[in-house]
Amino acid sequence: MEFVKSTDVVVIGGGIVGTAILRELSKYDLQCVLVEKEPDVSLGTTKANSAILHAGFDAPTGSLKAITNVRGNKLYHQLEKELDLDIKWTGSLVVATTEEEMATLQELMQRGHANGVEGLQILTAEEVLEQEPNLQNVKGALWAPTAGVCWPFGATVAFAQCAVQNGAEVMCDTKVLGFIKEDGRIAGVETNKGVIKTKYVVNAAGVYADEIAKLAGDDSFTITARKGEYILFDKTACNSLVYGVVFPCPTKKSKGILVCTTTHGNTFIGPNANELEDKEDHAVTMDGMNEIMTSARKLIPNLPMGQAITQFAGLRAVSSTGDFIIGPSDIEGFFNAAGMQSPGLTAAPAVGELVAAEIARLSGAAKKANFKAALPKTKAFLRMTRTEQAKAIEANNLYGRVICRCETITEGEIVEAINSPVGARTVDGVKRRTRAGMGRCQGGFCGPRVTQILARELNIPITEVLKERTDSNMFYEKYAADGGEE
Amino acid sequence: MNQLYDVIIIGGGPAGLSAAYSAWENGAKKIIVIERDRELGGILQQCIHNGFGLHHFKEELTGPGYAYRCIEMIKDKPEIETLVDTMVLDVKDNKTVIAVSPEKGLMELQGKTVILTMGCRERTRGAIRTPGERPAGVFTAGAAQRMVNMEGYLPGHKIVILGSGDIGLVMARRMSLEGCKVQAVLEICPFSNGLTRNIVQCLHDYDIPLYLSHTIVKIHGDTRVTGITVAKVDYKMCPIPGTEFDIECDTVLLSVGLIPENELSNGLNLAMHPLTAGPIVDQHRETSLDGFFAAGNVVHVHDLVDFVSDEAEIAGKYAALKALGKMEGEMREVKVSAINGVRTCVPQKLSMSVANPADEKVKLFMRVAAPHRKVRLEIKSGDNVLLSKPLPVAKPSEMIAVEIPAAKFDLIGDEITVGLLL
Amino acid sequence: MAVETRVMNCIMCPMGCEMTVTIEDGKVTNVTGNTCPRGPKYAADEVTAPKRMLTTTVAVEGGLLPLLPVVSSTVLPKERVLDCAAYLRGVKVQAPIKAGDVVVKDILGLGVDIVASRGM
Repeated sequence: MEFVKSTDVVVIGGGIVGTAILRELSKYDLQCVLVEKEPDVSLGTTKANSAILHAGFDAPTGSLKAITNVRGNKLYHQLEKELDLDIKWTGSLVVATTEEEMATLQELMQRGHANGVEGLQILTAEEVLEQEPNLQNVKGALWAPTAGVCWPFGATVAFAQCAVQNGAEVMCDTKVLGFIKEDGRIAGVETNKGVIKTKYVVNAAGVYADEIAKLAGDDSFTITARKGEYILFDKTACNSLVYGVVFPCPTKKSKGILVCTTTHGNTFIGPNANELEDKEDHAVTMDGMNEIMTSARKLIPNLPMGQAITQFAGLRAVSSTGDFIIGPSDIEGFFNAAGMQSPGLTAAPAVGELVAAEIARLSGAAKKANFKAALPKTKAFLRMTRTEQAKAIEANNLYGRVICRCETITEGEIVEAINSPVGARTVDGVKRRTRAGMGRCQGGFCGPRVTQILARELNIPITEVLKERTDSNMFYEKYAADGGEE
Repeated sequence: MNQLYDVIIIGGGPAGLSAAYSAWENGAKKIIVIERDRELGGILQQCIHNGFGLHHFKEELTGPGYAYRCIEMIKDKPEIETLVDTMVLDVKDNKTVIAVSPEKGLMELQGKTVILTMGCRERTRGAIRTPGERPAGVFTAGAAQRMVNMEGYLPGHKIVILGSGDIGLVMARRMSLEGCKVQAVLEICPFSNGLTRNIVQCLHDYDIPLYLSHTIVKIHGDTRVTGITVAKVDYKMCPIPGTEFDIECDTVLLSVGLIPENELSNGLNLAMHPLTAGPIVDQHRETSLDGFFAAGNVVHVHDLVDFVSDEAEIAGKYAALKALGKMEGEMREVKVSAINGVRTCVPQKLSMSVANPADEKVKLFMRVAAPHRKVRLEIKSGDNVLLSKPLPVAKPSEMIAVEIPAAKFDLIGDEITVGLLL
Repeated sequence: MAVETRVMNCIMCPMGCEMTVTIEDGKVTNVTGNTCPRGPKYAADEVTAPKRMLTTTVAVEGGLLPLLPVVSSTVLPKERVLDCAAYLRGVKVQAPIKAGDVVVKDILGLGVDIVASRGM
């Protein structure tokens, strides 16, 4: 196999966890490469989850989940400004509808205190309804003021961009095929693009983390994909749903089907939880949709189903150990950041700290003096004042052409999303970075135009533009005069 | 930049163009049409098939041909300005319009009246909650139509169309003419929602099967669509277990309904009608907000562009008269109610001049809730019959247009009802 | 003498009148249900030699768009419509074009021209 490059650390997987680790590693004098098998970062669990920054009262005290959750939540408060992240610190409610559930709230609060969560409070029904007037059957709720919602794709891209501006590299379309070991320790990674020589590997491969570990000789755990389905509503539906994050009382299996409004004002309901054999099954099912609607109706009987704009399913990586698997494995040089189900999104920056610190300790790498923590600030055209909008168009007239009508996204923003570091390469990549196509028409108007802009900016034919994953081509050449199906 | 216009028209499709011409004909001196696309004409430019214009222009035209007629009518008139590649960001209730374009930047225009002619958009997969994977190859029929007819690319090669509305039917023929294989058209209703002529010339002519009372229960494919699972539905439109079968395809086109595009209307808090999903208008097409008019698919989805033009001419005329101060005088409001099998009727109210009620006949556009044969349409006010008309066929997909003669106006009380005698 | 009645929808305009057509010895002898004279004409053609309009696109160079919509000047034999469409996929014209300009004269020798639906 052809040799490509030599580096200190290879991170496998471009989700929120992989990119958070890459960013932490880029604080040290270490050469780092992230490899992602898909054409873009953020295509696994990160693209389809509840987007919640949990307070940290769910996980058992002392577990890695609990520790990294509470620490991760704190870090997001700091990263929000540095990386210009989209976060709404809404707080969260766990709503009880029976006396038994009120008792559960007490348990949750105790655990939260033990986990180091600040500000927890039991609210009365009246206090809950003041915040969320559309809820029904409320007995009371656990209020966690430190919780919030974020824009997971935005955070993933920001982590990657920050790492890149500090010398790290992101290689998409790069699939890990195997590992090279010398004297039992990791010496290189075999990929479809060739061999990358490296001293350390971090496995952040999501639902495939067990298979990657096995390739390296670590079969200490397995990962099961647990599918969660969601229904997302138009922004106009928010007033008849909720303004923040509302959980039902948790069960053993999951935190339950929640009702939550995203950073951009779209409310969603979900997820359910179904264990899968197939790690590629992202299908939304009729039964699944009925399940989440039925469950959400316990809190909000009149769901505005006519204003639903999309449904999707995400796979959570559930480890056989019951907790996150973070740190060195029995294979020297091989680290895991695996089993990153909820609260993985919240925990990611803390996981990054743990892994990077350990690799730095082992390798003796020092912290860089000139680490650039901040990313340049950008503001969506829609959120600009009229004066700012006029200025933006004056500087670049592509800001005067609205491509996505539903979300008011301009050509200028789309071109910038393509041409910035770790830029968009696909139609969905543009969507996740700019929100073009996220609105009520779901890309009906702008999808073909975004395709044309991608082709122009990347200098590729329109027929090579992908929706999202490899081989997900959008359009084809017309048949010639003698062609066609007969 | 803050110029005062008699009429600002938002949307340069057939409704906006017809409204502009009519406003000009009725004496408006400063008219502007704002269009977001790169040229005027709206969705007609991608509807390259024929069948347009028989009522309005007394001639059968293609979509681009119809658009061309409308554009020619307003061209070279110093009173009418047009802006293309321009998006309206906001309309204030004092009739200030904020718009942007790459060429002119951020603009602020002031109107004496505003006509809303933004048209409609397509219902999506998400709105109908089609289960399955989310691969490439699922398009709304209109998006695919634009790519095939204007940009020169195919959405795929082996096609299934969900929904038998006219766009779906026309696209079935269009894809066949491009050399693609159309595997099936599926319709969840027990009847087609398209024009009969399109069933004949778009499906029968190309041996494309139409499955009534069927829908997609799963879309397959990790990266690109590889096929679908279809099931028969019961009378409640729920899939019947055991009736599933698979169809191989690489593309699913959705023609599952149109929704008036009323983001700006909602921003203005106009009174909206729950069934038409458009603003409530009177016979002059004036909305609940003084000086704001609306016409075309933004008010209610039409079956024929000819009716869009007719309606827009009404809006253009009265917007012009309003801007010129010729719509003064006391008015009384008459409610128009759709009852007994008539689902919607536009206008939803009449503004009758108290001094001079019999000024002009009133045209009503309505849709029935379910298909009927040989029924009678009756328009009444109290016990007074204003109009009674036999209908040989009445279908939800086809709009019914009738006129109340001015001579009947003195029989009108506070409300008129429009219904079928079943 | 073979007499047959057939119910067919006229497709000449969006009204789609439902007509009852009497056919005697392969010829249309009576039509009811139509609202205009185009109905009987369509019925007569449909029974003996069905014809259709064709609308499609041809490639255009130097225009605002890469495609020019075109329409047949009159109806074509139904069974040759696909052949004409396939032929037109290989045609490329040069802008400027005016609405109504003939793009292909006498397509496939059928005596029908293909004309531009719009200018470009």
